[in-house]
Amino acid sequence: MGEAIVITSGKGGVGKTTTSANIGTSLALSGKKVCLVDTDIGLRNLDVLMGLENRIIYDLVDVVEGRCKLHQALIKDKRFECLYLLPAAQTKDKSSVQPEQMKQIIQELKQDYDYIIIDCPAGIEQGFKNAVAGADKSIVVTNPETASVRDADRIIGLLEQEDVEPPKLIVNRVRSNLMKSGDSLDVDEIVSILAIELIGVVVDDENVIKAANKGEPIALNPNSKASIAYRNIARRILGESVPLTPIEEEKGFFSKIKMLLGMK
Amino acid sequence: MQKQLQHHVTIKGTKDGLTLLLDDTCSFGQLVEELENKLSADHGQLFNGPLITVRVKTGNRYLTDEQCDTIRKIIGQKKNLLVDQFESNVITKAEAEEMKKDATVVTVSKVIRSGQVLSVQGDLLLIGDVNPGGMIKATGNIFVLGALNGMAHGGCTGNRQAVIAASLMKPSQLRIAELINRAPDHYDEAGHEMECAYIPDDDERIVIERLSIVHKIRPNLNRL
Repeated sequence: MGEAIVITSGKGGVGKTTTSANIGTSLALSGKKVCLVDTDIGLRNLDVLMGLENRIIYDLVDVVEGRCKLHQALIKDKRFECLYLLPAAQTKDKSSVQPEQMKQIIQELKQDYDYIIIDCPAGIEQGFKNAVAGADKSIVVTNPETASVRDADRIIGLLEQEDVEPPKLIVNRVRSNLMKSGDSLDVDEIVSILAIELIGVVVDDENVIKAANKGEPIALNPNSKASIAYRNIARRILGESVPLTPIEEEKGFFSKIKMLLGMK
Repeated sequence: MQKQLQHHVTIKGTKDGLTLLLDDTCSFGQLVEELENKLSADHGQLFNGPLITVRVKTGNRYLTDEQCDTIRKIIGQKKNLLVDQFESNVITKAEAEEMKKDATVVTVSKVIRSGQVLSVQGDLLLIGDVNPGGMIKATGNIFVLGALNGMAHGGCTGNRQAVIAASLMKPSQLRIAELINRAPDHYDEAGHEMECAYIPDDDERIVIERLSIVHKIRPNLNRL
């Protein structure tokens, strides 16, 4: 029996879909059977990030409305045998699915997969309710900015009313220079406001954008800091205790020498 | 006319006005009848002079709102009499329960997050933070063991004596009774620890002070 984890945030554009794609990929990298579920009906993106857009034949709404079997709608990933995607419909809207139906689909997927990663749409309406319906656990993604933290707080409040475990927190798009100068919220500050367990901090990395445009999740590239962060989050989901890496800017060659010589 | 001699209605003059003592053993009908007789009888100066306030004492009799109105109307027929208040030794069970609820401290241990409203009857003791966008309401006082970053409304049914105290006072808005106080646009870094908000007796705005002075401004907070 697998585990369903919903990735949510309240506010749009904080990196839910990117996080879903990369956590899914990282879990698949460690050999787990993973199914990604895109519940953002009408504005689907997860397939694009995974580079699987051209393979979609059936989607979530087709499954719900009985036009196909669940396994027919699942798309196998290009790179991993054990990674699948259930895409959202693009031509319908959120009201074409009910929470009960979502619950059924997730329940069915849990039989065959170790992890089901549910990508939640922005907002707190029907789409959110659908996404949360079948989930056992939840991860809240936030950026180090006030508006995003405010919405995360709201979402955590709503998650507390649902039948899921207390949510874990990912602080995404962290810019260490802004954080150090005090121009953006500190990770500690965010954790103290939201009062939930931190499961990962992901730095703002332009490689993430590059990778997303190519349809290759950043987690596949072991040289990027964001990738390491996502892989560490996956390891924490698997139950390993991985210490949080400090969010320092990588030091250049010269500054390292200067430091060695005691000039800094 | 034996009954009339028993005097179910007694009128007493005090320095504040008149006190009407209504007997609590007879029927309400008898009371009304006798009251009408007493007031219609000619008492010369008494009912034609300057405005007099009347206090009605009903002893162990419980008067419903309609019965109060009846008595108020009868007394009101005399132009210079004005019913100030009704006093009774008894209240209904419901009223008693309400009073008890208003006097209890409701303890809640959780974080009040954005969009959540916690509303209690009586005093609120919140163990946890109120995050920005969250709101707590109480008919009595509010005590927050944690950071108050959201909104708090003390004495929300109109009790101006209510205070709002917090370990860390950085609210976005404070309300006590019908008064509203907005936060400054910028909080400076220092201070704001262990503070309380209240309405001074002779003021029309909410004031925030150190928590240590609360025993001076609201001595009746002590239930010792």
